[in-house]
Amino acid sequence: MATVSLKKLTKRYGNMEIVHGIDLDIADREFIALVGPSGCGKSTTLRMIAGLEDISGGNIDIGGRVVNDLPPRSRNISMVFQSYALYPHMTVRENLGFSLKIAGAAKDDMDRRVAEASAILGLDELLERRPSQLSGGQRQRVAMGRAIVRDPDVFLFDEPLSNLDAKLRTQMRTEIKKLHAKVKSTVIYVTHDQVEAMTLADRIVIMRSGYIEQVGTPDEVFSRPATRFVAGFIGSPPMNLHEATVSDGRLVFSRGDSLPLPGQFKSKTAAGDKVVFGIRPDDFYPTGHGLSSGGETEVHRVDLPVSITEPLGNETLVFAEFNGADWVSRMLNPKPLKAGDRIGMSFDLSRAHLFSAETGKSLRN
Amino acid sequence: MDENASARLTRRTLIVAHRVGLFLAMLVICLPGIWIVLSSLRPTVEIMAKPPVWIPQQLSFDAYVAMFSGIGKGGIPVLDYFRNSLIISVSSTVIAVAIGMAGGYAFARYRFRGKSGMFLGLMLTRTVPGIAMSLPLFFVYARLGIIDTHFGMILAYVALNIPFTIWLIDGFFRQVPKDLAEAAQIDGCTRWQAFWQVEFPLARPGIASAAIFAFLTCWNEFALASQLTRSVNSKTLPVGLLDYTAEFTIDWRGMCALAVVMIIPALTLTYIVQKHLVGGLTSGAVKG
Repeated sequence: MATVSLKKLTKRYGNMEIVHGIDLDIADREFIALVGPSGCGKSTTLRMIAGLEDISGGNIDIGGRVVNDLPPRSRNISMVFQSYALYPHMTVRENLGFSLKIAGAAKDDMDRRVAEASAILGLDELLERRPSQLSGGQRQRVAMGRAIVRDPDVFLFDEPLSNLDAKLRTQMRTEIKKLHAKVKSTVIYVTHDQVEAMTLADRIVIMRSGYIEQVGTPDEVFSRPATRFVAGFIGSPPMNLHEATVSDGRLVFSRGDSLPLPGQFKSKTAAGDKVVFGIRPDDFYPTGHGLSSGGETEVHRVDLPVSITEPLGNETLVFAEFNGADWVSRMLNPKPLKAGDRIGMSFDLSRAHLFSAETGKSLRN
Repeated sequence: MDENASARLTRRTLIVAHRVGLFLAMLVICLPGIWIVLSSLRPTVEIMAKPPVWIPQQLSFDAYVAMFSGIGKGGIPVLDYFRNSLIISVSSTVIAVAIGMAGGYAFARYRFRGKSGMFLGLMLTRTVPGIAMSLPLFFVYARLGIIDTHFGMILAYVALNIPFTIWLIDGFFRQVPKDLAEAAQIDGCTRWQAFWQVEFPLARPGIASAAIFAFLTCWNEFALASQLTRSVNSKTLPVGLLDYTAEFTIDWRGMCALAVVMIIPALTLTYIVQKHLVGGLTSGAVKG
């Protein structure tokens, strides 16, 4: 059993508080991703769990044991660093077996476990090489192998794919997912890349400025973002977010353009409320080129000028001008368009989001 | 001649010119050494001849034989000097490197109050010429009764070398990524084990070069040693060279022979240690 539980976890450097008393419960064998922009405290949180940073307040509990003041070696964790942190003076085999050597494992036990890890990650051919003779992807695999060999309760990943090129990153992402299916340990994975978080994690923790904004499954954070920040952070291309004022059952934008107030928010807003209207590119599309299969209940159609298009092959991102700003939309089964064309656009208002302009909280609930 | 042939010719000419240039530079650098070796093997008449005799007419090992022949037969207590030099240089190098490692590591890894001030202070001590300290040092040592002792010399040389070893080793520890020590700690090491298993091996080239520099400083130092040593108890080889000066004469041949005896261990040591001086060992540790 390796649950991880953070209670009022706080980190201060001098007078500056970096992590503000966060609470988080991670189930056994769960894959949790901590995401957020740089400086949001996600890496610091991970390093506190690892024991590489002292905590300034609160509790860290791993597998039912409070580990607040234990050194990293006593926490039964392993960690994959962004820089890989392979020992350059040791071969791959020595790198993999290092933790066992330190623990004083018997030679044959050590060989067996190194062989197992190397088989899982396909490192057999590289065992006698040194890190400097490996490519980025291979180094990454060795770093993961070193983590596996320890057979830890919890795996910690600190942006492990950031240094790889795009193609390798996708490949390694799949490998990490397979690995988790095989080793079935609890994983805490820090990344700033929301795609990694969405594809890998059972639950995502979105952090901002040392606070947790939302914890939820990938589907939850995507379709029901709790705050304006989460709405803008998760999803690519990001959600269109624009400030508006509620007036006469309509949302009036800064330059006077308006949309009908979505039905589900009618009881939750009053005239004069300042709100932020959000709609994903998937729910705002050239009429007839959307995701929905015609069952939409609340579609608002307008003709808008196209300002720019980004063809991606299977779809085209169309930037349409509304209220003086470019709103991005996703056009499926694309047809050729050029800047300046006026096309019919559909807002699927049943799937729109509204956030309080003041607190940034979703008005959905 | 076509374009390629002329380019090839230019390249070859440049290579030859480059080698000739290097040879001349090396000649200038090595000439004093060669001259010392030659002078130790030829008679004083030839050494003093004007114009100089470039090609030695007669060579002999007389000076070396005489050096080891004992007092009264032109000999000097060279073995005593050698022993003193070795004891003083090795001990002070070991101590200076040990302290340099601890200090360099602290400066490279930890944040503490007054860090930059302390570092600057250490560097400033390097600006004081050693000879300027010899008189005050002489007084202090005389009061403490440690003139003409190994301990006194070791103490002086350790103090002389520490700022330099700290500075050099600090730079090498800075190059070892912090992640490596952290990874080692996660892999089960204590802070101490992480240092010895991971950080020390990677900083070894730096520590080796600090050791060479410290050793050579002690081995060759003359100014302080000539003030603080008196007898065969603690006189080092450079001070021993003075034994060849008499009131009216200087035995250049003997002096050169002793210089050669002095150079050999230093040269051997440098040769042994130089293979540890390969840099770039840390490449491949992180990203890339």
